[in-house]
Amino acid sequence: MIYRDLVIIGGGSAGLAAAVSAYDNGVRSILLLEKSPELGGILNQCIHNGFGLHRFKEELTGPEYAARYIKEFKARNIEAMNETQVLKLHEDLKVDVMSSKLGLETIQAKAVILAMGCNERTGGQISIPGDRPKGVYTAGLAQKHLNIDGYLVGKRVYILGSGDIGLIMARRMTLEGAKVLGVSELMPYSNGLNRNIVQCLKDFDIPLRLHNTVTKIIGKPNLTAIEISDVDDNLRPIKGTEQIIECDTLLLSVGLYPINTVFTEGAHGKLYAKTKGAFVDQNLETSVPGVFSAGNVLHVHDLVDFVSMEGEIAGKNAANLILNGRKVVKKVVEVTESNNVGYVLPNIIKVSDSTDSVEFSFRVRKPMKRGEIIIRDGDKVVKSIKAMDLLPSEMKKVTLKTNDFESYNHLFVEVKEL
Amino acid sequence: MDREFTCIVCPKGCHITAHDDGTITGYTCLRGLNYVKQELVDPRRTLTSTVRVNGGQLRVCPVKSQDTLPKDRVFDVVAEIDKTSINAPVHIGDVVIENVLGLGVNIIACKNIDVK
Repeated sequence: MIYRDLVIIGGGSAGLAAAVSAYDNGVRSILLLEKSPELGGILNQCIHNGFGLHRFKEELTGPEYAARYIKEFKARNIEAMNETQVLKLHEDLKVDVMSSKLGLETIQAKAVILAMGCNERTGGQISIPGDRPKGVYTAGLAQKHLNIDGYLVGKRVYILGSGDIGLIMARRMTLEGAKVLGVSELMPYSNGLNRNIVQCLKDFDIPLRLHNTVTKIIGKPNLTAIEISDVDDNLRPIKGTEQIIECDTLLLSVGLYPINTVFTEGAHGKLYAKTKGAFVDQNLETSVPGVFSAGNVLHVHDLVDFVSMEGEIAGKNAANLILNGRKVVKKVVEVTESNNVGYVLPNIIKVSDSTDSVEFSFRVRKPMKRGEIIIRDGDKVVKSIKAMDLLPSEMKKVTLKTNDFESYNHLFVEVKEL
Repeated sequence: MDREFTCIVCPKGCHITAHDDGTITGYTCLRGLNYVKQELVDPRRTLTSTVRVNGGQLRVCPVKSQDTLPKDRVFDVVAEIDKTSINAPVHIGDVVIENVLGLGVNIIACKNIDVK
């Protein structure tokens, strides 16, 4: 058995930021576990630019953004164990690992930060009818093959789903000589950022079909064509609108979900159904005492800058717990999403003497040109602010500063369309 | 005819209109205004790609144009990058191609890659 004050699971943007922050807040016994040989996580394959505008006030590529944090991490001599897979996290904060260096080992921690990121939804999970040929990839896998392994997965490409990774790959594969034939999006609006619709699709005259989906996959053993169809308001395919598109590659960019099996199966942690991430308090501590969660494993983000900031918060609060112990909780206030809000975090506020500010992260359920973000305690409005251009693809944040948290019973976060 | 733009400078993606009479509306910051002014006369884009690496721990290294390139020359620059290979070790900021195609812009490395 190995003993460390803080164990961080995952060496991507959330884990690196958490490690640096925990160190800067006084913890010296830190071990970061990473399954791959390299630190940086998914940023390593996100070679496009646009990262860091909030965090560093400049536009960086993914690998450059990762390098900034890796440099900070290494400057502090924090211990990282690469090529290490976590097998089980126990409720008493023992972490069973399998690593290329140590083999099977158990680490006893005083606090653990979950920073494992998210997975892509796959074809199986959306069950498209038809054949099961070679040539169907998740967008992120095709991205890894191109940007890290150095090869293009196909020449005639269709993309299902307008998430940002799909859009980024449309441009990237086009630039590398593939013909991207189009993008279908089930919803009547795009799930990607506007700027990516423009610079990844419009710049290359790649059609975006809204309210449209892939209804059949054709080809044995290799993909030869797909069938696409328009959908009605209930998102069901409309007969007679079918169109056959000949292609050798189908990329799926149909959503991401947090990877929490280690947390739920081993430590019996509680999940929040709306995010598939942990149920957390304002310190990002989960239902398992001493276990914190940050980044895409908590909820899927659209900007890495916010992942880093969340990692920093988790690192700081884990450090506080390790060094100063637990604060007396005077009251627990529940937080719930309400009208037009898909989810809100944190799920609960543990009110102590020093609770004077809570930052809420949320997503709206539908695009709204103008809206009013409202935080209410029961029916009583405690804060409201107007906002423009609210989109489901953009996570929003609102901070409530008050010394009155103890007077609240149940907070709701909602958006009124104006 | 009025021309519609979606700003690509930041994730906000403002809708900006360039009117026939020369006025520009819809921008919410100066960078957005400048983006559309530039887009009207000489559209430019930052390019990111990968270049082959010899003897490194990884087969390819991510690269970017140090500044924006004329939009209609982007494919030509990709072809230049595809013709190029570099030797490990690679450091962030290393110049991979100097003044690519005489456009006055360098292609630089975006990742540190050690020798195998």
